[in-house]
Amino acid sequence: MIHAEDVFRVFQEHRGDAIVIPTGTSGRRWGEFSNNENRDLNLGGAMGQTTSAALGLALGLPDEKVVLFDSEGALLMNMGILATIAGKKPQNFCHILLDNECYATTGGQPVPNAQEINYAGVAKESGYSSAYSFDDLEEFATNVEQIMQATGPVFVAIKVVPQIENEPIGMRVRPPTRSRAETIRDLQGELGIGAD
Amino acid sequence: MVTEQAAVLSPEAMVEEFQKNGVTHVVTIPDSETNYLYELMKDQPWLDVVPASREGETFAIALGLLVAGKTPVVLIQNTGMMESGDSIRGMVLDAGFPLVMVVGYRGWNRHGVITDTAARYTEPFLNAFRINYYLVEQDADSARISTAFEEARATKRPVAILVGDEYHGFNR
Repeated sequence: MIHAEDVFRVFQEHRGDAIVIPTGTSGRRWGEFSNNENRDLNLGGAMGQTTSAALGLALGLPDEKVVLFDSEGALLMNMGILATIAGKKPQNFCHILLDNECYATTGGQPVPNAQEINYAGVAKESGYSSAYSFDDLEEFATNVEQIMQATGPVFVAIKVVPQIENEPIGMRVRPPTRSRAETIRDLQGELGIGAD
Repeated sequence: MVTEQAAVLSPEAMVEEFQKNGVTHVVTIPDSETNYLYELMKDQPWLDVVPASREGETFAIALGLLVAGKTPVVLIQNTGMMESGDSIRGMVLDAGFPLVMVVGYRGWNRHGVITDTAARYTEPFLNAFRINYYLVEQDADSARISTAFEEARATKRPVAILVGDEYHGFNR
């Protein structure tokens, strides 16, 4: 397993101008590594539907690279989206799954069939252009440039160390983050959307 | 004897309203009642049809398109709308974008007792989410579709069109 922070540190060097949508418990650390806040997007959440929203963004902005950091708990709630994405074939979409094998935010209970399911296999057989699996940082670092150059939709499953939270919700310390509305406003400003 | 509906809502009227209101994408799950509409939409060069696997996806895909500056419409059946409750909450109502959702009113009828629970719970569902709606049954009602678009833009909220085409559906 890899620490999500290391994934972000390596990915950031190859990000370019990509729009990045971080989700899940692991995704909360992305802000520490991002070098282009105006292109970081919070699309909110609804039982795994952030993946669908990321697809909509990729379809609406075909000239922009869109990278989603997804989580396996969310994907399991909405697995049909893999077929939906593969059906529309967004060439600009890179779907990175940070798989910590558990519901980290509720205390670390395992997701169904956590250690046996092959998410990259499911994505590839759903029709993604290519799919990768990594549980070694060096291997990911060796391939990330090729992944970012590849024609999408590309799927990347990475085993990451869970950051389990057990404190009651109200007692958890959260780093300050921009709201969904703020990130949307900043991205649209960066891209000149709605500026007519 | 087959009972015919005197006036119907034609697929052409619906597509014309979409074009008039600048729709760029229709995010949809096709069903048996909207098959002809689906075929007509696919023939429009100005319109991109996005087929989804489950209705909850449609509202979130629409959000992404709205952030990208596009004008999507969601086209689903009432059963799928009810499945989409949390997506409507988290991806539409909380996000504050205008969205017209065209909903096939399965089970609805004007002339008898509604026995299909899909229809019985449709309007209570929309009322629970504080989503305004307009019933469209025939071409003469199609101006209500533009009304829904205007209201969605003005309020930055979802507005529903309930397609209550009792006998005809969108088949040919």
